[in-house]
Amino acid sequence: MFQKVLIANRGAIARRVVKACEALGISSVAVYSTPDGGAPHLAEASETYPLPGQHASDTYLNQAALLAAVDETGADAVHPGYGFLAENADFADALEARGVCFVGPNSKWLRAMGDKVAARELAERHGFPVFVGSPRLEGLDQARQLADVIGYPIMIKPSAGGGGIGIRMVNGPADLEAAMGQARGLAERSFGDGGIFIERWIERARHIEFQLLGDGGGRALHVFERECSIQRRHQKVIEESPAPGIDRDEVLAMADQAAAFAARLGYDNVGTLETLRAGPADYGFLEMNTRIQVEHGVTEAVTGLDLVAVQLRLAAGEPLPPPPCLDGHALEARVYAEHPRTQLPATGRLSVFRPPDLYGVRVDTGYQVGQWVTPFYDPLLAKVIGHGTTREQAIGRVLVGLKAFEIQGVHTNIPLLIEVLQDGEFLSGRLDTGYLTRFLVKQSG
Amino acid sequence: MQHEVETEVQGSVWKVEAAAGDEVAVGDVLVILESMKMEIPVEAPVAGTVVEIRVKPQDAVEEDAIVAVIEDNG
Repeated sequence: MFQKVLIANRGAIARRVVKACEALGISSVAVYSTPDGGAPHLAEASETYPLPGQHASDTYLNQAALLAAVDETGADAVHPGYGFLAENADFADALEARGVCFVGPNSKWLRAMGDKVAARELAERHGFPVFVGSPRLEGLDQARQLADVIGYPIMIKPSAGGGGIGIRMVNGPADLEAAMGQARGLAERSFGDGGIFIERWIERARHIEFQLLGDGGGRALHVFERECSIQRRHQKVIEESPAPGIDRDEVLAMADQAAAFAARLGYDNVGTLETLRAGPADYGFLEMNTRIQVEHGVTEAVTGLDLVAVQLRLAAGEPLPPPPCLDGHALEARVYAEHPRTQLPATGRLSVFRPPDLYGVRVDTGYQVGQWVTPFYDPLLAKVIGHGTTREQAIGRVLVGLKAFEIQGVHTNIPLLIEVLQDGEFLSGRLDTGYLTRFLVKQSG
Repeated sequence: MQHEVETEVQGSVWKVEAAAGDEVAVGDVLVILESMKMEIPVEAPVAGTVVEIRVKPQDAVEEDAIVAVIEDNG
């Protein structure tokens, strides 16, 4: 096992990795940017290392500064968390070249899955269903032909990146050229790669993803699914496991297929295979995330696994854990710093910040009272995870947790989360990725 | 009459999409801010002529900062 793990991240996930290191008896190094100097995990880590600067590009994305931190602290492994450099193959290679372990899959998987078109092709070749789509688009004429074959409405998607950035829906041929230009421009600016492709548009799709673990030697297992259909601007807001209202046999067949795909690849460490499900037995590969996910706590609640510890163990060459049982139901609500009315990001100083301490409720946060919420990083303040024997109980626990969460000084989406968790359509379990947008329109109208 | 256009969020200026002298309609994007990894457009609240744009790319802006002034057509 490792002696000392440097955490190349911030916020809730950095704190979560400190905790996992502690559980395994490993020393941890927390790096921090100037605005993050008051973060709670700095007192919890074994060591801290400053990354002077505010912007991500100067700090958590600054490979030279992070490599210097690794050298100076003598860390023998780096946990990249999620976001920032978590899926950066060059960073993983730079670490491996120094004899430092990158806690994540082999960099070849970061590269292969980072290109959405290549990842789709891999899935198709290894027997996981994909929706009708195109290769990388060359020009308008080719795009017109492909779009006609696939059938409108279609989606234009960037080949690189993630987080829903640059995805455009196109209703008909007249809008194709403009949408391609917009998507290409945004992809170019956001990811430095203007590659785009077409995929079938799916009305009322559900986002269901599978948490996979692999040993790199051809053995892989799934630890069930997460339903992540409650999204807004392609950002997840509520996640749960198991997926409600779908036949268990069907979901488990999908999960087995996902695990078989990972095994056939020889995939290692943890990964998440995301799918869209249009209806019974009609689903397709969306992408594979080669890292721990924000919503990993949902799976931890229903399996009893410590997924970050599993990541560290697998990276250190230990075998896969035994397959867990599915215990009850868990649901996570993401507390974002945002104006409830406009849903624009909110900033400010947390004059009051008291996460609830309740039975069956887990709160992951990287913030504490007195800290500033700045515009430099993402707006996630906390994750409130409820676990119970039924979906109703899990929802009830999250509701109680949200109502007991005291935050002042920064606007949050807690009022919106509370309304959604009491909405009849949400409670019915008939979910799709358009739900939250419809709910917001209904509310403002 | 002149209208001062304020930001609704704290962040930094990513792009300036209009210049002094431009004719704008309601909803036209004047400036795009970046905050918390999101692009936030600042739109013209009235139709008219842009008198001045008070920010440039990379500027840090506070909430309620004035980024532009528009002379309306009324």
